[in-house]
Amino acid sequence: MVEKREIILGENEPYVINMGPQHPSTHGVLRFELSLKGETVFKVVPHCGYIHRGIEKMCESNTYQQIIHLTDRMDYLSAHPNNEAVSLCVEKALGIEVPERVKVIRTILSELGRLASHQLWWCAFGMDLGALTTFFYGLRDREKILDIFEESFGSRLLHSYICPGGLMNDVHPNFKQRIKDFIPYFRKKLPEYDQLLSGNVIFKERSRGIGMLSLEDAISYGVTGPSGRGSGFSCDIRKSQPYSAYDRVDFKEILFTEGDTYARYRVRIAEMWESMKILEQLVDQIPDGDYTAKMKPIIKLPEGEYYQSVETARGELGVYIVSKGDKFPVRVKFRTPNFSNLFAINHMAVGHKIADLVAISGSLDLVIPDIDR
Amino acid sequence: MKFLYDFSILTNSIHQMLAASLSPLWVFIIELVLVGLVFLGFYAILGLFLVYLERRVCAFIQNRLGPNRVGPQGIFQTIADLVKLLFKELFVVRKADKILFNLAPFIVIIASLMAIGAIPYAKGLHAIDLNIGVFYILAVTSLGVVGILLAGWSSNSKYSLLGAMRSGAQIISYELSVGLSLLAVIIFSGSMQLSTIVESQANGWWIFKGHIPAFFAFVIFLIAATAETNRGPFDLAEAESELTAGFHTEYTGIRFAFFFLAEYMNMFLAAALATTVFLGGWMPFHFFDFSGFNYVMDFIPPFVWFFGKTFVVIYIIMLFKWTFPRLRIDQLLTLEWKYLLPLNLLNIIVIAFIVLMGWHF
Repeated sequence: MVEKREIILGENEPYVINMGPQHPSTHGVLRFELSLKGETVFKVVPHCGYIHRGIEKMCESNTYQQIIHLTDRMDYLSAHPNNEAVSLCVEKALGIEVPERVKVIRTILSELGRLASHQLWWCAFGMDLGALTTFFYGLRDREKILDIFEESFGSRLLHSYICPGGLMNDVHPNFKQRIKDFIPYFRKKLPEYDQLLSGNVIFKERSRGIGMLSLEDAISYGVTGPSGRGSGFSCDIRKSQPYSAYDRVDFKEILFTEGDTYARYRVRIAEMWESMKILEQLVDQIPDGDYTAKMKPIIKLPEGEYYQSVETARGELGVYIVSKGDKFPVRVKFRTPNFSNLFAINHMAVGHKIADLVAISGSLDLVIPDIDR
Repeated sequence: MKFLYDFSILTNSIHQMLAASLSPLWVFIIELVLVGLVFLGFYAILGLFLVYLERRVCAFIQNRLGPNRVGPQGIFQTIADLVKLLFKELFVVRKADKILFNLAPFIVIIASLMAIGAIPYAKGLHAIDLNIGVFYILAVTSLGVVGILLAGWSSNSKYSLLGAMRSGAQIISYELSVGLSLLAVIIFSGSMQLSTIVESQANGWWIFKGHIPAFFAFVIFLIAATAETNRGPFDLAEAESELTAGFHTEYTGIRFAFFFLAEYMNMFLAAALATTVFLGGWMPFHFFDFSGFNYVMDFIPPFVWFFGKTFVVIYIIMLFKWTFPRLRIDQLLTLEWKYLLPLNLLNIIVIAFIVLMGWHF
């Protein structure tokens, strides 16, 4: 029996607003339960699970080749690193050494994916702050990358291209030339991003000193990726545990110590420059050879527990596989970056205005299917 | 002063034609209806055109084409949109205050409709020429905030309420700056009557004649008017990334269209007021003593001048919206109370001094 009661907002009661699941700036089906006093936020409770598909459970009844296709659906904006994480984990377990060509191409793809993801983040972040024009400038350049993807793998978003042992198929003959064309193009276009948003007085006012996250808090919340590096947390897996071809390229780990929204913004803009630097170094060095190592049609991992982490565009993605020697894993756990990043939001947003909450959640670069899996 | 195009001849002849055959009461009624119809039509067409213009300007800034399918260059797109909105269900949220909910869009649209009658579009081409024209326009446009507050309050939606409260704080604050920056020109011209202000600019627009303070007042007016019309970087009342659509979240169909049209007409009104007061209204552009050049300029009809200048100002206001991020509510109020208002007061003292010493042209 449901008791009928009248809810009256008193003077001291919080003014509770459900931001989401359908809301323009939660970037998907995420719900924030905000407790407000006027415009000021004094509590944020993120509710996730609206797009939970049970990917981890599904992995338990799929072979390792099939798992690849599920991982695309987690962080769909940079799908390559997700595939790569599972592939690397399986290869590590089997003790397979993939050809050099595969390593270089995988690195190039990861960086292209990072660029595309950061571009889309830039679009959406501008939108969150009310600068609607950024959306079209970012998408204009992202389209070039998606065209490269489409030509080689036939898909623009969910590639499922990197698989255990190597790649699904060889890259398109135009692949190299396309990237070579893209780098000078984007080198010219990236300063436009700064002109439109970074240097804007209103933008700086909106983002400086907003959503402070100290180094200690970043570490204790497990905030990784550009969000963590904006607080000075040196957490780049590409540097600390190099995988694929990252050990042979020269790039900087971008670190800002301010820990506010503007620092996180600048980390990502600087990472786009670094990604282009990595691409430039690797694009001429794609060795000839096989696009995949010799693999058995049915992969059976030896009994044991395996972990591999990679750096996606949003932070550290860890894959933990428990195998009992079968062709299916017993347990798969993904440590997705967004899940950890999201829950720092209460710490960051308290005391700020609603508009700042939107800016903060934008600066964390949330992808909701990555949170819910 | 003699003007090439004088519309008072036309309006007087219509008046005399009616007066010759009808009693004074009927003449009055018929003239009221005529003026009302003309302004309603003008309002609707201009509002729709401005929506279309905004979409094209925004597309131009954003690297895309914008509406270009319905009619030549897509100019009938907004009419198609309006027809669609007319056929939509008028939805009222449960537990909404029905009377106020229905009333709010009308208040908003009437406030902007009442104001456009007082603007002089050409010599003798205005519905009412009050001797306190500036004052009247300020008073009437601030009625719009009542509609917005009612809409937010009666919607029974938390987002709407927040949007309405923001809007209330914002419009009431920026009203001061709008009024004070207009006061600058009132001091220069010594009149609140819009037609007199326009005619005082026959030998040069106030933005040029009034030295730097007048230009300064113009800039402040642009900023404050943009804020008062809930546009551009100041669209906090309907901040879509924060409050979904702010005060009109719960409105559908033609009620929503009313808010939408009123927003655009308020923008037109702000631009028209800026034109009238600072940029010489319907006065042609004269360049010192180049009589040949000035003579050619005189031949361009005054309403072309008026709308030309107005659309330049509208274009500037549109550029604001599509290039700047949105301000936060406390920054918005800080900008007004800590910067614009003191600067404005200082500016007025300087202007009063200039006028006192007779230094202006």
